[in-house]
Amino acid sequence: MFLSALPDRRRVAGIETELLVTGAGRPLLFLHAGHGFDTADPLIARLAKRHRVVAPSLPGFGDTPRPDGVTSVDDIAYLMLDLIEEMDLRDLIVVGISFGGWVAAELATKGSDRIASLVLIDAVGVKFGDRETRDITDIFSTTAQQIPELFFADPAKGAAVLHDLDFTKLPEATALRFARNRESLTRYGWAPTLYNPKLKGRLHRIKVPTLLLWGAEDRIVSTDYGRNYAAAIPGARLAVIGDAGHYGYLEQPAAFADEIEAFLGA
Amino acid sequence: MEFWHFSEQSMHPAWEHIDGPTKVTVDNRHCDPKVAHELYNRYLDEWIVADKLGYNIFVNEHHASANCMSASCLLTLAILARQTERARLLCLGVPITNRTDPYRVAEELAMIDVISGGRLEIGLVKASPFELAMSNQNPAGIMDRYWEAHDFVVKALSNQGAPFSWEGEHYNYRNVNVWPRPYQQPMPPMWITASGASTGRRVAQLGYTLATFFNGAGTKPLFDAYKDEFLKTHGRPAPIDRFAYLAITCCGRNEKEVDTRYAKMKPYLDVQPRTPKAWSNPPGYETAELNAMALKKGNTGRINFGLPTNPTRQDMADGGIMFTGTPDQLYDQITSFSDRAGGIGHLLMLGQAGYLDHEETVDSMTLFAEEVMPRLREYAKRKNMELTAAAA
Repeated sequence: MFLSALPDRRRVAGIETELLVTGAGRPLLFLHAGHGFDTADPLIARLAKRHRVVAPSLPGFGDTPRPDGVTSVDDIAYLMLDLIEEMDLRDLIVVGISFGGWVAAELATKGSDRIASLVLIDAVGVKFGDRETRDITDIFSTTAQQIPELFFADPAKGAAVLHDLDFTKLPEATALRFARNRESLTRYGWAPTLYNPKLKGRLHRIKVPTLLLWGAEDRIVSTDYGRNYAAAIPGARLAVIGDAGHYGYLEQPAAFADEIEAFLGA
Repeated sequence: MEFWHFSEQSMHPAWEHIDGPTKVTVDNRHCDPKVAHELYNRYLDEWIVADKLGYNIFVNEHHASANCMSASCLLTLAILARQTERARLLCLGVPITNRTDPYRVAEELAMIDVISGGRLEIGLVKASPFELAMSNQNPAGIMDRYWEAHDFVVKALSNQGAPFSWEGEHYNYRNVNVWPRPYQQPMPPMWITASGASTGRRVAQLGYTLATFFNGAGTKPLFDAYKDEFLKTHGRPAPIDRFAYLAITCCGRNEKEVDTRYAKMKPYLDVQPRTPKAWSNPPGYETAELNAMALKKGNTGRINFGLPTNPTRQDMADGGIMFTGTPDQLYDQITSFSDRAGGIGHLLMLGQAGYLDHEETVDSMTLFAEEVMPRLREYAKRKNMELTAAAA
């Protein structure tokens, strides 16, 4: 999921951004998860059949540089507003996964009449529970070797997607992408751990049709968390997909794509 | 040469009862407060002995650790500022990347300097990676935070007259006004720890004392980089008192006594790496480039001092990890390592480690002070002349 550089480059708000633009149709902004993505992403491949998918590596991820002033998800959300305007995207579908779902939620609360639909997949970013109960698994207290068991319903599938995390057999550039992705996820998500305390109180501002998709076996944010998330967004609907973990979109890409297309076609 | 007695104030009686990590997640029921009470006072007594024997004093801190119960090096130094008379008092160091309030750090430093009559030496450190679990400070951007906190502490301590304001990236103060000012004006001597050349060069530019811990063969390239940069920056060769080295050090009267003490101290090295895997190198603590190189090599992040398997006492001395021997052996081990490193001016001595008891610790310290210190002082004088003449 982080093997190779993306094919396109574009300046976004002055940042030389790495991105993948693929497919044709109604535009769809794809906001990646915290461990990044690459051209082999199976969900993007399916969404590109009906949409023009615009998928950037966010600042500090992949090959995209991070300017000194960009230190928070709030900063990234404003950069995405710039991207939407600079690429003149209209009637836009925003799809965000995990960390990218947090970015998507922040982006949607800031508001843009260019955004028409929102899809949050196993998103983080919000705190619902009390001060002594974690909503979101503390992934920063775990090792890279635990990613398959934590992020996937089927750890063997996860290990395959992650190239067995055996970097001795992978190109050095891949190791660097992986290291940059982990560092950036840490920078933006360290503490409070993967949420913005202000976001819960702002979710009511999301006025566009919203679908939340959740892996039934998500071990980072549970389906209950998904239900709370959906309840906080006016009119939002939650759909739970079986045999899928936090990165269930990589385990069941067809099921996730079908739910998204059904939602958009409705 | 100056000699610094150091102890990590360990809860070593608990080690044998702990399965797995001795830090971060270790169950605090392994720390019996009554045992901790005895041990804290024992370690403080050993520093008081050090003061009387002509050593200086070096303290550190760690958090949630059975290896080191010192949760604040400045608390320990505050006690010793009052209870000792001659020793220089070195904190190495205050983990400023973990402190949310460097103003408070500056105030506490100044208080210790004033109470001790100007005996404070200040080390500001990045802190070990696992400390971030407790401080909750972000590993990403840690060095940016380090240098801003450093610059702030220096200005806060040396500022005279009108208060100043600070509106930085990480710290924000409307009215900085440290009372009292340090006893040593404009401010106490500064130390920074490093293991690699790039940090070493930055320390040289600042002219601070450079300390390195258990660095073995990495010491010479580090010291060489410092010397090169010091000469470029200050227009004169770096004197030997800019170079500090930490190793376990223990003295005995004969082979049998040394072997016994060595065997009691060595478990320190086995317990030290018992950090939960997730906390040995959290993302962002090192640069992405360094992490990528480590991944590519399949590096698991374990501490390896570059020693052979089952090292001998001599291997440990040659590698700069443990100097243990009779007075004559110690003189040879330390001068030999110092020569290979390019000159050591401060010997930071982990004089209590592992299961070495109070009587043995004090006996070793006394023997070293009487039999080895005078000779090493002479050695360092000669070496300093060599260094300053060679480079001039």
